[in-house]
Amino acid sequence: MSKKVLVIGETREGTLRNVTFEAIAAANIISDGGEVVGVLCGEGQLENMGKEMVYHGADRVITVANENLKTYTSDGFGQALQAVIDDESPGGIVMGHTSIGKDITPKLASRLESGLISDATEVLAEGGKIVFTRPIYSGKAFEKKEIKDGIIFATIRPNNIPAEPRDDSRVGEVTEKNVEITNIRTIIKDIIRKSSDGVDLSEAKVIVAGGRGVKSAEGFQPLEELADILGGTVGASRGACDAGYCDYSLQIGQTGKVVTPDLYIACGISGAIQHLAGMSNSKVIVAINKDPEANIFNVADYGIVGDLFDVVPKLIEEIKQVKVNA
Amino acid sequence: MMNIYVLLKRTFDTEEKISITNGKIENDGAEFIINPYDEYAVEEAIKLRDVHGGEVTVVTIGEEDSEKQLRTALAMGADKAVLINTEEDLEEGDQFTTVKILEAFFDGKEVDLILGGNVAIDEASGQVGPRLAERLSMPCVTTITNIEINGSDVQIERDVEGDVEKVETSLPLIVTCQQGLNEPRYPSLPGIMKAKKKPLEELEIDDLDLEAEDVEPKTRTTEIFLPPEKQAGKVLEGETGEQVKELVSLLKSEAKVL
Repeated sequence: MSKKVLVIGETREGTLRNVTFEAIAAANIISDGGEVVGVLCGEGQLENMGKEMVYHGADRVITVANENLKTYTSDGFGQALQAVIDDESPGGIVMGHTSIGKDITPKLASRLESGLISDATEVLAEGGKIVFTRPIYSGKAFEKKEIKDGIIFATIRPNNIPAEPRDDSRVGEVTEKNVEITNIRTIIKDIIRKSSDGVDLSEAKVIVAGGRGVKSAEGFQPLEELADILGGTVGASRGACDAGYCDYSLQIGQTGKVVTPDLYIACGISGAIQHLAGMSNSKVIVAINKDPEANIFNVADYGIVGDLFDVVPKLIEEIKQVKVNA
Repeated sequence: MMNIYVLLKRTFDTEEKISITNGKIENDGAEFIINPYDEYAVEEAIKLRDVHGGEVTVVTIGEEDSEKQLRTALAMGADKAVLINTEEDLEEGDQFTTVKILEAFFDGKEVDLILGGNVAIDEASGQVGPRLAERLSMPCVTTITNIEINGSDVQIERDVEGDVEKVETSLPLIVTCQQGLNEPRYPSLPGIMKAKKKPLEELEIDDLDLEAEDVEPKTRTTEIFLPPEKQAGKVLEGETGEQVKELVSLLKSEAKVL
């Protein structure tokens, strides 16, 4: 049955996050020919970003601009989104399983007394039902899940559901809605940027991760350089974080982030089961480790047995060469 | 004096391999622990109580077996525990179910602070904290890495995809805990002895004036499966320089990721 599906868009530093387009693709599966309506909350001019959502498959977009929506708060965004939901009475809602998605969607679902399927990696229409696949036990298993009745509400994991290609010949209305935003109970005083390049681990296409084998905070330098030339970002195992080589925000694993980049390069990581849980669904895995018996080689597509401080600089040089020749 | 509550879940140990029997995750022989993120919540609750005075109550929804994890929390230093035992009443549940039960549990209680993990490592929905906040009309701050309380004013640092957000809010409040918040203590031997005598209350949904249909889940799991086994890959050979050359060429032509 076709239905209207709302896509909650998300911006980061003034541009739409890619997961927004992936959410639109998911919404188009759920809507089954119904309308896909984008929603964007923020401050100032949101129209161009609204159009961008149309180019990626939304039928129309509603923007809510308000100075109290400049930074995300669950109260502010909650009020804006609830007002849109009340207006539109959607049959489905989709958003990225991002920091904001994880924070706001349970609150909306709770207010709507609806089910919510978090962190879906696949959305399929099967026999008139929408079936979501999601990892459980940190990707050691998967479950298929559906909403019994009511709003089909889900968050999707970045990097898993392919976005539709941008098509700027697509047309769709971008309308502005005024919502009064009051009573924000959590005030954001400051945001300290720690992620250097603004690429979140969960959305990164390339991750170069270091483990205990990196031996020190300085040891991460070649890894950062490698990540840089590949347009990726740096991650770490729990071992490296516990040893104080890097911040816990970089940790990948059962506790920490679960990632699915196109390319994962594990440097000096032994491959404890907890770490594998966080990265083994990456599309291509490269392992660099001194120990030929290291568990990481069991999940790696390509392995190099050797000292990372010898291998990584050579790898950087070789990639530079290839890029020059390309 | 603070009334502090901790929401706790019993989960598989992170070391456990997962297998499936008759379409369900095999529990037999598995080791269970306090969900690691809930452990941060227990630790923080104890620390806050030690500073501000008051009482820490740990609450779990589960079966008889969860008593063990509640005793562990009591041994760490929590004062009271509550097990809401759903073994006989509920066949299945989801986050809606959990929050409906917790909402009824907290009805009429004096609460200053509720702490939980930001996610459970088994089902990993991360919904319970924020969902409950909505039902109790409390503000909620997720993925916290630091909290300081001064009267009813609360200063929080939270992890937002690697960045640190500084938040000001006030009690009563719900927070969900992120790694980096603290280093959970191990229960001491005297702690373990004391825990045996601490109160552990057992409730059923009937005691909360709920019936099975009130808490019927909104979602349904239709299948559980294991990911396809990864085939062991290619370990490259030769001098480092040659290996690196081969790797780059494979990443380019075979894996097509460069």
